[in-house]
Amino acid sequence: MKNKIDILFETKEKDILSVFFTAGYPQLNDTGRILKELQENNVDLIEFGIPYSDPLADGPVIQNASQQAINNGMNLNLLFEQLFKETSTITIPIILMGYLNSVIQFGLEEFYKKCFENSVSGVILPDLPLSEFEDEHKRFADKYNVKVIFLITPNTSITRIKQIDALSTGFIYVVSSNSITGKGHTDFEALEKFYRQLHQIPLKNKTLIGFGINTNSSFKKATQLANGAIIGTAFINALSKEQSISAFINYINTTQPILS
Amino acid sequence: MQTLNMPDKKGYYGEYGGAYIPELLFNNINELEQNYLKIIHSTEFQKEYHDLLENYVGRPTPLYHAKNLSEQFKTKIYLKREDLCHTGSHKINNTIGQILIAKALGKKRILAETGAGQHGVATATVCALLKLECIIYMGQIDMHRQEANVIRMKMLGATIIPAISGSKTLKDATNEAIRGWINDPDSYYLIGSAVGPHPYPDMVAKFQSIISKEIKQQLLKAEGMEEPDLVIACVGGGSNAAGAFFEFIDSKKTKLIGVEAAGKGIDTGYSAATMTLGTTGILHGSRSIIMQTKDGQIIEPHSISAGLDYPGIGPLHAFLGKRKRALYLNVTDEEALQAAFNLTKQEGIIPALESAHALAILNKLELHKDQVLVINLSGRGDKDLPTYLDHYHEK
Repeated sequence: MKNKIDILFETKEKDILSVFFTAGYPQLNDTGRILKELQENNVDLIEFGIPYSDPLADGPVIQNASQQAINNGMNLNLLFEQLFKETSTITIPIILMGYLNSVIQFGLEEFYKKCFENSVSGVILPDLPLSEFEDEHKRFADKYNVKVIFLITPNTSITRIKQIDALSTGFIYVVSSNSITGKGHTDFEALEKFYRQLHQIPLKNKTLIGFGINTNSSFKKATQLANGAIIGTAFINALSKEQSISAFINYINTTQPILS
Repeated sequence: MQTLNMPDKKGYYGEYGGAYIPELLFNNINELEQNYLKIIHSTEFQKEYHDLLENYVGRPTPLYHAKNLSEQFKTKIYLKREDLCHTGSHKINNTIGQILIAKALGKKRILAETGAGQHGVATATVCALLKLECIIYMGQIDMHRQEANVIRMKMLGATIIPAISGSKTLKDATNEAIRGWINDPDSYYLIGSAVGPHPYPDMVAKFQSIISKEIKQQLLKAEGMEEPDLVIACVGGGSNAAGAFFEFIDSKKTKLIGVEAAGKGIDTGYSAATMTLGTTGILHGSRSIIMQTKDGQIIEPHSISAGLDYPGIGPLHAFLGKRKRALYLNVTDEEALQAAFNLTKQEGIIPALESAHALAILNKLELHKDQVLVINLSGRGDKDLPTYLDHYHEK
């Protein structure tokens, strides 16, 4: 069976919109509703955060959403159960994003197996070292057809980018600048310079830009450089203010202001 | 000879250690990993490091034969007086070492986390000495219970950022310091405990190993032998214990005991006894033993002592515990308080609450009069006077 991430990139190469939100937030059972609404609003890819108590790369908004989700009772078992209910309706690829400790406690093979069984196409674990991926994760990821996506930043060395590109099969997540999520200042000039370097390599994988993408203008600038962009903190803020999902997506796509 | 006190090439002590960090920190960790041994082994570093330890910190610290305490426990007890170091604890051994590394790497700004404030004060002190900008992350709860240290850090010119997430203690201060480092990759992160991604645990253990090096020399003079029967130290993340154990880890003779904070008691849900309550997992960039739920969420710890109020332990200790090379026990808040009052009465030394945990274990050991014990008195109790005062009134 073909991985949905591959299918996506075969049909769409530009302006890919990926949205991140934390599982179990704002309410424990919001998962299905939010997934469906994002799909109905033509979002291309969904990144689903596994809530973790000590998320080192995240700013206060995602930290608080994670804590709220944990308090609501969210865990990996429940997350997979909720996804299972949506497998027939959700056709766009789903990626799980979390920290390695959650996966280790769940059990490595069990985790990748459940991903496969519940239509999860890829995982992002920002604190997974490359060597540990190769030694311990890769065989299960391959066996269960789950893509493991790695991050690079404008400060990552070319040698390391080549190494990551060689190991990646889904896409590469380009962190817009050296900062935790939700800081909101992206230096697009620096990013443009970085992309000129990337084009010279050239990468075999597609790229999506994340961290600091929060408006139509930043989405447009990011998608001029990359195949698409990822919106996280801004969407969680919208959820916490109970803004309508369609209005939010419309705002990102068209600069249409959100009427609340 | 097999050496257990150092990690392998990948930064692991057995299965524990490693560097589990977001890509955003890869360059920083890599720069440190590639350079730290080279810098430490350079003549210039060694000269400056030992000069500062001797003339600024006041080393060697005494190895004091505590006769009254020995008589009370019917054995021979030596106290390694790290409480007499400049700034009041062993923490400065490490900050002197790391600040010289930061300087050699050309860094201008230092970030650090602190629990009890001892590491924060030791960091602010060396930053003042070397004219480097200093930013300290401290849990909001700890800022209240260790107010004297907050004032000292401010006076030393440090900026203090309260950690307001999670339990608002050391774990959260560490999270915030790491996030601060991600946002400011030109700065140097000066970790105070034997935790964090490789090479931090090794670096901290090496800088603290001066404690056990001196114990060996001093014991040779006092007892005609280098190795005691037993070395006891308190353990939060485990820096003072790593230093006190370091030279004895390969010894066939010396038994090693680490004492963790049981808080209100192991079974109460208010504890920080990681080696008893924890399981293998990842926290703050290394694989070690941590206190966590079955889903892998970190459990918020409790201890009366801010310096031991941490849900993890350094990978070296996890390894020594698993190999049964060291024994990790624990004592409650109440037992530690009593031990602090007891030492004050017996020897005229007011210990830090952290160090009082190491002293409190004496009540639980079978001791003999022909044994020689060394207890690492890691810090002095000035910072804990408000807590002692509260309990002094109760008695």
